[in-house]
Amino acid sequence: MSFDNAYESLLGGEDAHWAFGTGFSEALSGVDREFPAGVDREALAVYCLMLGDDALIFSQRLSEWCSRAPELEEDIALANIALDLLGQARMLLTRAGEVLGRDEDALAYLRDEREFRNVHLAEIDCGPGPGGDFAATIARLLVFSSWRLALFSRLRGSADPVLAAIAEKGLKELAYHRDHAAQWTVRLGDGTDESHRRMQAGLERVWPFVDELFATHAVEAALAGVAVDPASLRSEVDGVLEAVLSAAGLTRPADTRAARVAGMAGRDGVHTEAMGYLLAEMQHLHRSLPGAVW
Amino acid sequence: MTTALEVASAVRDPELPVLTLADLGVLRDVSEEDGRVVVTITPTYSGCPAIDEMGADLRRSLVGAGYSEVEVRLSLSPAWTTDWISEEGRSKLAAAGIAPPSRIGPSVAGPVPLNLVPPSRQVACPQCGSLNTSEISRFGSTACKALRRCHACAEPFEHVKEI
Repeated sequence: MSFDNAYESLLGGEDAHWAFGTGFSEALSGVDREFPAGVDREALAVYCLMLGDDALIFSQRLSEWCSRAPELEEDIALANIALDLLGQARMLLTRAGEVLGRDEDALAYLRDEREFRNVHLAEIDCGPGPGGDFAATIARLLVFSSWRLALFSRLRGSADPVLAAIAEKGLKELAYHRDHAAQWTVRLGDGTDESHRRMQAGLERVWPFVDELFATHAVEAALAGVAVDPASLRSEVDGVLEAVLSAAGLTRPADTRAARVAGMAGRDGVHTEAMGYLLAEMQHLHRSLPGAVW
Repeated sequence: MTTALEVASAVRDPELPVLTLADLGVLRDVSEEDGRVVVTITPTYSGCPAIDEMGADLRRSLVGAGYSEVEVRLSLSPAWTTDWISEEGRSKLAAAGIAPPSRIGPSVAGPVPLNLVPPSRQVACPQCGSLNTSEISRFGSTACKALRRCHACAEPFEHVKEI
């Protein structure tokens, strides 16, 4: 039996429900998940959390724009980008969970703030709430997708076949995300005085969080051949950003660096004030009603 | 009894029901051993929520056709590309008012090129055939479709975007 439209299956009372949590089958069901010989599994699990949490947390931020973007097409675009990242997050968290003994839902909904390994750029609040701006969200999307695209491009050669496959698949999606952000940056930067001013302000808002993207963490250093050293991405990403900013008539902000806590940042589980509020919203339902489906 | 391959090949895509999973290039392999069927599918996009439905539909169809043991496997690599949509699938899309993707060829090594302006590739309007069309949004109602408009007949239409 197949369905004439996708929604009939929701009413059938069988199989997966399209909702969060336990209705979904595991993200890597059927994929060959052998661990390559000699790999430090604990480190690999933490690395998968890092890349998975980047995608999960930024996906949550992008989803906040749904119904609040400047135009309907942009609601749909940001939601689509969020969905791609959520898919990447599910696969990466599932991979981490194979070592940690927890499934993707437990990792997404039942970890506390200090256990999340995402970079600060993914979690900061760029709107749509008070103080935020669509231009700041576009600036973040531009930096994030340019960086992740360069990272996934190299991760295709990882010694872990699952990471390599996730990267190969995600790369094509990230290319669309980066183009989308780049085209908006040019449109706003090269638009009216007001749009130019706000796009420049958006860049200034996210720029202090750029430096963290290229800082090599001990876990990455311990996974030579499996992980990508983010420091190796800097010149490629700088080149892409330079090309976009120059076409948009925007100025690259001065390299300031957001403060760390005792040398630690997102990759160590030390987060900004915005993170607790984000998790409260993301995890509330599952924590209040464990295992809820609809 | 029809073969497992025939049964699996007839299962339709839950989001684009004009296509079968075989037309879409999502169905990668069907093998049969001692009445046990192993079906391998690949997701279109990482977050495509239809992948679970595809697996469930395949299982239901095969069990309905008399195969009691069915296993659905997911393959991530090589990654799905719209080039895997069959010629028949392209005709079916166009007939349903959805512009099929262009052929993009094998991916090239090296950095992914940055596009600062939307790609100017020509997409024919599936209603009137005019090439005078433009992109409204590259993200449409599903992950795999962009939204375009035709300047000749003034109709909007969907386009399965190249990936």
